Amino acid sequence: MWNETVLRMVGVGILETLYMVFVSSFIAYLIGLPLGVILVVTDKTGIAPKPIINKIIGTIVNLMRSIPFIILLVLVMPLTRFVVGTVVGSSAVIVPLILASAPYIARLVESSLQEVDNGVIEAAQSMGANTFQIITKVLLPEAKPSLIIGSAIAITTIIGYSAMSGFVGGGGLGDIAIRYGYYRKESDLALVTVILMVLIVQGIQEIGARWMKHTDKRLH
Amino acid sequence: MGNKKPIIELVGLGKEFQSKDNTVKALEDINLTIYEGEIFGIIGLSGAGKSTLVRCMNFLERPTKGTVLFDGKDLSSLRKEELLKARQSMGMIFQQFNLLMQRTALENICFPLEIAGVPKKEGLKRANELLELVGLTDKVNAYPAQLSGGQKQRVAIARALATNPSVILCDEATSALDPTTTRSILNLLKEINQKLGITVIIITHEMKVIEEVCNRVAIIDKSQIAEVGAMEEVFVRPKSKIAKQLIFSHDTHIESFVGEHKCRIIFDGRTSFEPVIANMVLECKTPVNILFADTKDIDGKAFGQMVIQLPNDELSRMRIYAYLNANQIPYEEVKDDVE
Repeated sequence: MWNETVLRMVGVGILETLYMVFVSSFIAYLIGLPLGVILVVTDKTGIAPKPIINKIIGTIVNLMRSIPFIILLVLVMPLTRFVVGTVVGSSAVIVPLILASAPYIARLVESSLQEVDNGVIEAAQSMGANTFQIITKVLLPEAKPSLIIGSAIAITTIIGYSAMSGFVGGGGLGDIAIRYGYYRKESDLALVTVILMVLIVQGIQEIGARWMKHTDKRLH
Repeated sequence: MGNKKPIIELVGLGKEFQSKDNTVKALEDINLTIYEGEIFGIIGLSGAGKSTLVRCMNFLERPTKGTVLFDGKDLSSLRKEELLKARQSMGMIFQQFNLLMQRTALENICFPLEIAGVPKKEGLKRANELLELVGLTDKVNAYPAQLSGGQKQRVAIARALATNPSVILCDEATSALDPTTTRSILNLLKEINQKLGITVIIITHEMKVIEEVCNRVAIIDKSQIAEVGAMEEVFVRPKSKIAKQLIFSHDTHIESFVGEHKCRIIFDGRTSFEPVIANMVLECKTPVNILFADTKDIDGKAFGQMVIQLPNDELSRMRIYAYLNANQIPYEEVKDDVE
């Protein structure tokens, strides 16, 4: 069975998975990072408390996070069709991937930023820093190591989500595993795709950990 | 200080914290004037409200009552941007240093300059000068994690000075440091005060910090000012109960000194070059027992107190009292129920 067609299929699968994961991670961060910042800043103990805004965003984030991905995948199909023009293929899966991971990323970012020492924020305030300066010069740079490790967690979670896209013909390694392993009972091909996914997850986790160590000046 | 110009004035200041089911009064009717160029100490036990007080001075905490005048301006009347601008004239240092952990010493000092919108090149030049002032030229590229506590506080001081403030607020700035480092940091603050004419406000719970550098001191107790005055005056003749407690903190031991006829001799700076006790013993020809002594040299004068036990024989005691009176040495009889 290990002919050129199968190898090509697995190769394309890897690329599709990486494409889905990285594009959706990138866009999800564009949404999730500001949301996480807003959650921290507008908290009642934050630097610009806005309880109502905080409550609204917090509720939306929780709501989105409580929908199982497999349900979301189907639920957002009309939106996907509107944005991408189709509901099958890797590009189509990016839409539900973003919707599922952006709120998750918002919470990860929130928890990273909460680790920043309040004393440092107070010091910045005593120097006359405004809210925007505190976000860009204190919160984000001081939380950078934690944000990096958070992004590794987010990406690996998105890899897991992307595997489910096989159920709607989304492509990628998960799709191969489901079509061959689940429907056709070709378990060795399924095993290979699973191992490849494990390797990708391991690799990203490792890169994240090393990058964090390299960045964090508290460890040197 | 001939013509003293107020730099910070607190008038009828009050601060209440609203919690779910009760209000906590952190500060009550605080009236205080701090003058340009002085080193002003604020001392109190933990929970007395001193940290809240210093945060009211730069409006990190907004007072719920009264006014804060900084350089004649009412801080509550300022618009947000004006307040942020005013804060750049008030540097602040902290017990836990509060440096940015992901920035080098030099970058930390550049930080307030970035906030103030100073061009990068100019900021770097200024930061390097300040590192020199605090004696850390060899630590330019060190991260806070690589510095000792004293070095971190020096970076924090340099950072607080970056925007040329007229006041520097020190919130328990030496409380996390050992005695030797504490002294060197206090000396640095003194130097900055003398060289640059910057007003220094020191919040502490340690009397020795006040003794070391302050010109004037306010004692805060249970959210209120208990006593304000020149450091020497308060130190030698504390009036309030809390002041006595803070200054004669060792007095608790006196109660355990058995025996009657105890007398506290006060060294108020006039009697420094004179061997007071030795002369007294020689003159009165009667021995005394020194139970306790705590004297310090402040600006070349001796300050402190000594508790001695006088002889049981009344005549000898009379002679000693007469000697003390004649030589204008302040003293008081110690009763066993002192606090």
